[in-house]
Amino acid sequence: MDGGGLRLSMNGLDYGILTLYFVTVLGVGFAARRAIRTSVDFFLSGRSLPAWVTGLAFVSANLGALEIIGMAANGAQYGMMTLHYYWIGAVPAMVFLGIVMMPFYYGSRVRSVPEYLRLRFNRPTHLLNAISFAVAQVLIAGVNLYALALIMQALLGWPLWVAIAVGAVIVLAYITVGGLSGAIYNEVLQFFVIIAGLVPITVIGLVKVGGVGGLMDAVRESRLGEAGLHAWQGTGSTENPLGAHWFGIVFGLGFVLSFGYWTTNFAEVQRALSAQNMSAARRTPIIAAYPKLLIPAVTIIPGLIAMVTVQGLGASEGDLVYNNAIPLLMRDLLPNGVLGIAVTGLVASFMAGMAANVSGFNTVFTYDIWQAYVRRDGSDEYYVRVGRLATVGGVLVGIGTAFIAAGFSNIMNYIQALFSLFNAPLFATFIIGMFWKRMSPLAGFWSLLSGTLAALATYLLYKGGVLHFNSDLEESFWGAGIAFATVAVVAAIVTPLTHPKPDDELQGLVYGMGAVDLKGDVLAGDRVWWRSPVLLGAIALVLAVVLYIPVF
Amino acid sequence: MDQHSERAQDPLVEETEQERARSAAARLFDIRRVIGGLFVVYGVLVGLVGLFDGQSEIAKAQGLRINLWAGLAMLLFGLFMLAWQWLRPVEPPTAEEAREV
Repeated sequence: MDGGGLRLSMNGLDYGILTLYFVTVLGVGFAARRAIRTSVDFFLSGRSLPAWVTGLAFVSANLGALEIIGMAANGAQYGMMTLHYYWIGAVPAMVFLGIVMMPFYYGSRVRSVPEYLRLRFNRPTHLLNAISFAVAQVLIAGVNLYALALIMQALLGWPLWVAIAVGAVIVLAYITVGGLSGAIYNEVLQFFVIIAGLVPITVIGLVKVGGVGGLMDAVRESRLGEAGLHAWQGTGSTENPLGAHWFGIVFGLGFVLSFGYWTTNFAEVQRALSAQNMSAARRTPIIAAYPKLLIPAVTIIPGLIAMVTVQGLGASEGDLVYNNAIPLLMRDLLPNGVLGIAVTGLVASFMAGMAANVSGFNTVFTYDIWQAYVRRDGSDEYYVRVGRLATVGGVLVGIGTAFIAAGFSNIMNYIQALFSLFNAPLFATFIIGMFWKRMSPLAGFWSLLSGTLAALATYLLYKGGVLHFNSDLEESFWGAGIAFATVAVVAAIVTPLTHPKPDDELQGLVYGMGAVDLKGDVLAGDRVWWRSPVLLGAIALVLAVVLYIPVF
Repeated sequence: MDQHSERAQDPLVEETEQERARSAAARLFDIRRVIGGLFVVYGVLVGLVGLFDGQSEIAKAQGLRINLWAGLAMLLFGLFMLAWQWLRPVEPPTAEEAREV
């Protein structure tokens, strides 16, 4: 194992598997076209999809390759503490979204997350959020695209521009033609292809290190030592691989960062809004929580396997950086055949991530920016056309911004930094606005703005060396926490000084204002007890606790 | 129960809601057929290659006939998706009626 060169020895069969995948996703996009007549068909799949489809799309939208590669990298670098990103940093927020927040989102018939802010507060709050969301999505799509190109260049020897063009054109085609249905259907397909690609890596890797027991022994003797096998031990101080205190993990990652991301990120919530009824919408993030509980088995474990089998992994640059943990295992362990499946899985995950950003972007651009502020008297067909053009524009800007990502050592931290700037203050504004009906429209605006600025200031002061944190990760915990507190304080100060919104304009948007109808549109098949959102959510939470026990 | 009295009214939201009467979403195909089809093809392809894997492939995969097993697993999964779709076709038409109640 010299670590030199990541190039895989792909043969005709492997390329055939990859090509068949490209043809299939394009076919799905074109076949979805006949189901598009209205703007809701294009942007929200006509609110017609069953819960298992929207649920798998929900998890797939988050399963971008940045996530997979980044989590395997974190697994190699920090060991089992990486589990926090899944079990405390995702599952509780997903369950909360389904049980508590979805009735307001789906019941109010808003077409996007920013639109909720327009109805609950006022237009300035809405515009601020719509623009920041649109910009963030295009940036993140660019990050995804750039990462795709880098990995294709390393693995297959494709020039950067070829990889960027292939990735961008395919995603562009199936979303422009097939709308959200094209994106969601492909996300479901991508979910299974990603898993099919990751499982063989994990299985062969485990055989190589002598099973789970062998892996544990090898980790104990590695740089991480015993600490690499525990998620919570040693979090009484910051003397642990992640450099994070349990308080930061529970409140920073588990509450502020994670709730901010999962409950207000329209690229995710959009999947639930496309569900066929209230019950399916509420079950969407909860169904997604179950795969989320198990995905670390095919990301963190390969990361650890790479750490103990690839000598020199963890270099600061070159082929042996942590982000190459999974590509290195693919090169060393997979024969032709499953190799093609794994490469396809990796490509699929890039596309899933990017498609989620692009479909979120085109919806917000059309409904929340163009229709609300530029031209509001167009016909429904007109907005479908705007959406298709916005898709093209968004992908082009994404290509242009792809290179912003280049300056950062660990891709996940960059994404985390973006989240802490936009999502944490947004979540705080949402949650206070949903449960405190007195909160005034002006308070909504000033809270959101000052919270975002507080997060930005913390980030810049840290980067400028004025504030000191143990790691980028700790900065993002604290930045998010500070933003959350700022929102709460500003809301408490501004609300008493300004006029509240009349009660009749808050119906269905705020807790206690008009009963949200949870059962009115229910399907016969949804009445069975095992389709209860509350029950399914409770089981997911219990599993998240139980799974921690062996790696405490 | 009239759900329109249960929520705040917004002209943009209501316009879009009214257009939904024309929705073509019911014409959407069943994704299980595509997933099933793709995985059956992948399973057969990879499984067949697995039958003829030589020593070097098996040695690379730490002694496992990984193509054979992965191919079989994908084939079974693909067949499961197809069977699920045949046995339990999509619910709709009645769904539309149920929504109006």
